[in-house]
Amino acid sequence: MNKLRKHLELNVQLILEKRPQSSGLMNLFSPLLAIVLTVVVGGLIFAAMGKPPLTALYLYFIDPLTSWWSVEEVLVKAGPLVLIGVGLAVCFKANVWNIGAEGQLTVGALMGAIIPILWGEWQSPLALLAMLCLGALGGALFALIPAWLKTHFGVNEILTSLMLVYIAQLLLDWFVRGPWKDPNGYNFPKSVSFEGWHLLPMWGDGRMHFGLIVSLVAALVLFWIMRHTLKGFEINVVGSAPRAGTFAGFSQTKMVWFCFALSGGLAGLAGLIEVAGPIGQLQPQISPNYGFTAIIVAFLGRLNPLGVIFAGILLAISYIGGEGIQIELGISSKITQMFQGMLLFFILMCDTLILYQLKWISTKPNQPTSGHAS
Amino acid sequence: MSPYEAILLTIITASTPLLLAAIGELVVERSGVLNLGIEGMMVMGAVCGFAAAHVTGSAWLGVIAATFAGIATSLLFGLLTQTLMTNQVATGLAITLLGLGLSGLIGSGFVGLPGVKLANVSIPWLSDLPYVGRLIFGQDPLVYVSIALTAGVAYTLNHTRMGLIIRAVGQNHASAHNLGYRVVAVRYACIAFGGATSGLAGAYLSLVYTPQWIENMTAGRGWIALALVVFSTWIPGRLAAGAYLFGGVWILGLYAQGMGVGIPSQLLSSLPYVATILALVIISTNRRLSLINTPASLGQGFVPDR
Repeated sequence: MNKLRKHLELNVQLILEKRPQSSGLMNLFSPLLAIVLTVVVGGLIFAAMGKPPLTALYLYFIDPLTSWWSVEEVLVKAGPLVLIGVGLAVCFKANVWNIGAEGQLTVGALMGAIIPILWGEWQSPLALLAMLCLGALGGALFALIPAWLKTHFGVNEILTSLMLVYIAQLLLDWFVRGPWKDPNGYNFPKSVSFEGWHLLPMWGDGRMHFGLIVSLVAALVLFWIMRHTLKGFEINVVGSAPRAGTFAGFSQTKMVWFCFALSGGLAGLAGLIEVAGPIGQLQPQISPNYGFTAIIVAFLGRLNPLGVIFAGILLAISYIGGEGIQIELGISSKITQMFQGMLLFFILMCDTLILYQLKWISTKPNQPTSGHAS
Repeated sequence: MSPYEAILLTIITASTPLLLAAIGELVVERSGVLNLGIEGMMVMGAVCGFAAAHVTGSAWLGVIAATFAGIATSLLFGLLTQTLMTNQVATGLAITLLGLGLSGLIGSGFVGLPGVKLANVSIPWLSDLPYVGRLIFGQDPLVYVSIALTAGVAYTLNHTRMGLIIRAVGQNHASAHNLGYRVVAVRYACIAFGGATSGLAGAYLSLVYTPQWIENMTAGRGWIALALVVFSTWIPGRLAAGAYLFGGVWILGLYAQGMGVGIPSQLLSSLPYVATILALVIISTNRRLSLINTPASLGQGFVPDR
């Protein structure tokens, strides 16, 4: 028996070997590989559920792009994802972990809604501008809570920013069921409907709105900042080599504040755009987890603002596709969240190939291949 | 039963899932790994535990299924962070998102179905003692499991060779490796232990706390468990105290809502989250206390030199 096992034993082992330099090719190739893996495993899951895998995959990933109506829907969903995603990309690049974008989005929407709800009679383009500013301000201020706790008390920002999501959502819930409930709303937990200049300009026959331009501009501006300014350089240095950053005189504390203010402000703006655009009023649920999905968008987009645009569109397709197969095949729309989680999982897995390469090594017992103890 | 007894009972019920999830994470972090995926492992445990119990009719089979679901999910985390050297923070988030999605998919057929409740322990005579009977001798079995696990972890970490190895790996993985310990293997084992207790914590929610399946029923408890580990400064005894304190806050909010105090229910519901932030601030302000036990290699991957 023992002899047989020895005979069958493979004399090679697959190991990871660190590359001398990170691979630029893999940096681009890894997200594609991750998408392929997600599609393959997704197909297997559909098959396991007794659904036709190819039809399901077609409905999920291709069908949303086959009609202009659903392309518009995809873009409307991609807007907030890109806007939040670019902020988070900068954060993660600097090794600052803002996980609470969902909460900052909520507070931004609340702050911006002050104008239509409390000064409903103020109708002018300036009102809309003020709403946008208040939205960004609200998100930024809310994001500065974890930044302050981190820099002053050394509290881990991951946990605090996440706890604040729950608090923000409860705050919104209180406002729409309490003081800001529409008095003529038949007791539904909704605010008054925004009107006139309190809504974003729309165009097309669908729901395309001005917010999409904001997202695009934000991505382009951040791309330029990261590529061509000292601030962008600082973010890259502090993120990849904190000690070198300190020697260069870059302040870690200021970086934490900057990243949280930026990503929180953009998330708040996204929240305001959602309530002043597609939704048109405040309600207990204003975002299908955009703040968390944007984390995946940032990683899939290689933490690069231009990459984030493509990643945002892909993740938006996953929302629309999820709704599609729910209607067509009766699969729970939770499949969307699972696909998104799986995608992040595979990206991280494939990203290993940027820094490491797979290598077969010989493990013949008589050859001196010492050193791989584990 | 007096109202105080009832309150104490519910506090224990609310604290146990936190304690279960946190005691596993404490071991994981002591071995130098930061697994932010507790919420995902917990919710997977909750749905698999519920499904197994509903299908077989046995709550105990549910508990076992939940444990294995937790372990399986945690090994995915292990595969990525220990073998493929991915970023532990991002991978933990991926596990959470994946767990929340997958559990929703598995559970979509179980929403609204009646669950199976894990029966309380009943010891003749002892459980009927006045005042302390129900409290000490009449809880559900997982309460005792959680306490036994805490005591076991405290003993193992401080008084056994295995505990010493785990701590060595967490403090300085390079030295531990040079001494001949298999860093990655030790970490895999700790991660699996953390997965098992998170799965149990999930089972507690869907088989004891509210014996039914509700989407996202963990409601941030996994994250609170993570905060508890920091709060405990990686000491099991403090962890248990912290867990019961948090359970107390959670129940306080619920009771105040029930009594119709003139405070908005949302404010009371946010109490556990506010308390978590406050606890983290308090413990972090005391740098000495929080740094003394922080595993020095926490969150860093280990690649042995070849």
